[in-house]
Amino acid sequence: MDATTMTTAPPPVRAGSTSGRKSGILLLSPAVVLLLVWSIVPLLLTLWYSFRNYNLVDPTMHGFAGFSNYWYLLTDPDFLEALRNTALLVVGVLVISVGGGTLLAVLYDQEFFGRGIARVLVISPFFVMPTVSALLWKNLMLHPIYGVYAWMMRSVGLTPIDWLQRFPMATVMMIVAWEWLPFAVLILLTAVQSLDTEQREAALLDGAGPVARFRHIILPHLSRAITVVVMIETIYLLTIFAEIMVTTAGGPGVASTNLAYMIYARALLQFDVGGASAGGVIAIVIANIVAMFLVRAVARNLEA
Amino acid sequence: MAVKRSRGASIAIGSLGWIIALWIFFPLFWMFLTGFKSEVDAIATPPHLFFRPTLVSYAEVFERANYWHFALNTVLISVGATFVAILLSIPAAYAMAFLPGKRTKGTLLWMLSTRMLPPVGVLVPIYLIARDTHLLDTVVGLAIVDMLTNLPITVWMLYTFFREVPLPILEAGRMDGANRWQEITVVLLPLAVPGIASTALLSMILCWNEAFWSLNLTSSQAAPLTAFIASFSSPEGLFFGKLSAASTLAVAPILIFGWFSQKQLVRGLTFGAVK
Repeated sequence: MDATTMTTAPPPVRAGSTSGRKSGILLLSPAVVLLLVWSIVPLLLTLWYSFRNYNLVDPTMHGFAGFSNYWYLLTDPDFLEALRNTALLVVGVLVISVGGGTLLAVLYDQEFFGRGIARVLVISPFFVMPTVSALLWKNLMLHPIYGVYAWMMRSVGLTPIDWLQRFPMATVMMIVAWEWLPFAVLILLTAVQSLDTEQREAALLDGAGPVARFRHIILPHLSRAITVVVMIETIYLLTIFAEIMVTTAGGPGVASTNLAYMIYARALLQFDVGGASAGGVIAIVIANIVAMFLVRAVARNLEA
Repeated sequence: MAVKRSRGASIAIGSLGWIIALWIFFPLFWMFLTGFKSEVDAIATPPHLFFRPTLVSYAEVFERANYWHFALNTVLISVGATFVAILLSIPAAYAMAFLPGKRTKGTLLWMLSTRMLPPVGVLVPIYLIARDTHLLDTVVGLAIVDMLTNLPITVWMLYTFFREVPLPILEAGRMDGANRWQEITVVLLPLAVPGIASTALLSMILCWNEAFWSLNLTSSQAAPLTAFIASFSSPEGLFFGKLSAASTLAVAPILIFGWFSQKQLVRGLTFGAVK
């Protein structure tokens, strides 16, 4: 059986006693009610605020705004830049982490000396809190004077680069990829290891070379795990926030501002609740489109 | 893989594996080293690989920066949020695993979809609600939010573990006259301890590293370690020794947890889709 499918046993069917169903609902309700409140009330409030004139420090701003918050946002070049940066961050990190993750999963599936330790080292960055990762890279690694990379560049005769100033978005992308590549390796390695040894040996006996084995056996086997990785990472990558806040604060200008950081800046730095909420609604719509695909993929796994 | 390889190829693969691993891990290794340097050593160029280790930075972090205050907040928030999430998840997962109805599958998927709600989309209302209920910058406020964001994951993960408990065992318990409460507490829970433990572990890790709500809902009183470290983003961060010492302390427990529980984490992080 495909190891990436859901749990093995089919749901135990019980002769549908009404008492069973009643206590089932009773046991389920605390979690469901809380999640219902948690997912609906803030959503409705965001929607409500997005049609209001509402500024936390300016009491003269009030009343119904119609679509003006949206109009103001959609015609703001900064918003388009934020959308572009969000897309760049998601796509860039996905390409690096899924592409690299697949290759590394195959590499760390091979027998070699000290493989267990090497694997642990590779997946470690995933467990590091985002603020530490970001500051570690910003200061210890990439600082233009004291950073390790600056020293390396100088020692081969190059001029060190102030990465976060010169290439803010690419550098943030690199830091985030450092955090998420290990996640992809962790998941994909688990999936590779569940590949049938018999199947591999059969392919080997048939004289399939390493490339053919990768393409025709490993990749198809990994496809579901890759789908899961892409979707889970997308959910998190759409709302990357802490890394940007502590490295560039969205700058220089808005060069590294993504949707999440823009909404934060609107709400808690400029106190424009209405405008931030309109941005929030747009973020929710985007995330929902992605989530639809993810939920569908997981639903398919439930049936399998 | 049981592939016979030439000695040369094995060595090449091994070296590649190690070079990549060391390169990826290097920043963390460097952080660990820098924590034991004096501030002068920490910014020396060329960087010192060998130096006289000192605990000055750690002492500073403990004394001046009040590290324990932030660590205690993180522990309280993570443990509190995890405890309540598990408490709510056990009955829910039990009901879905052993008393499934027509809507069980839909409920599960709906729970999953609540997890997809981007936090930034509801930042404004949550912030305002927290402000108006005086939960802003309190441990309880952040713990509630962390608990709610993790609840879908804990329910899902427990559900996949519970489904592996053989139904006949529960039925045997019922034959012996166990009521539902006893069925859960006496029969099911002892069998599911490993599953509950790994679910709690994943929830702890997620709470410990949670940054978005920590940065937005706390300032000083309830700030956890993620927010404390963020305070080094000011020019303060140029004290590489202190930054490294504080970061090492903040990261070490979770890193060690993570190393020992990789397998279970995969399951929880992928909602049981990859095991």
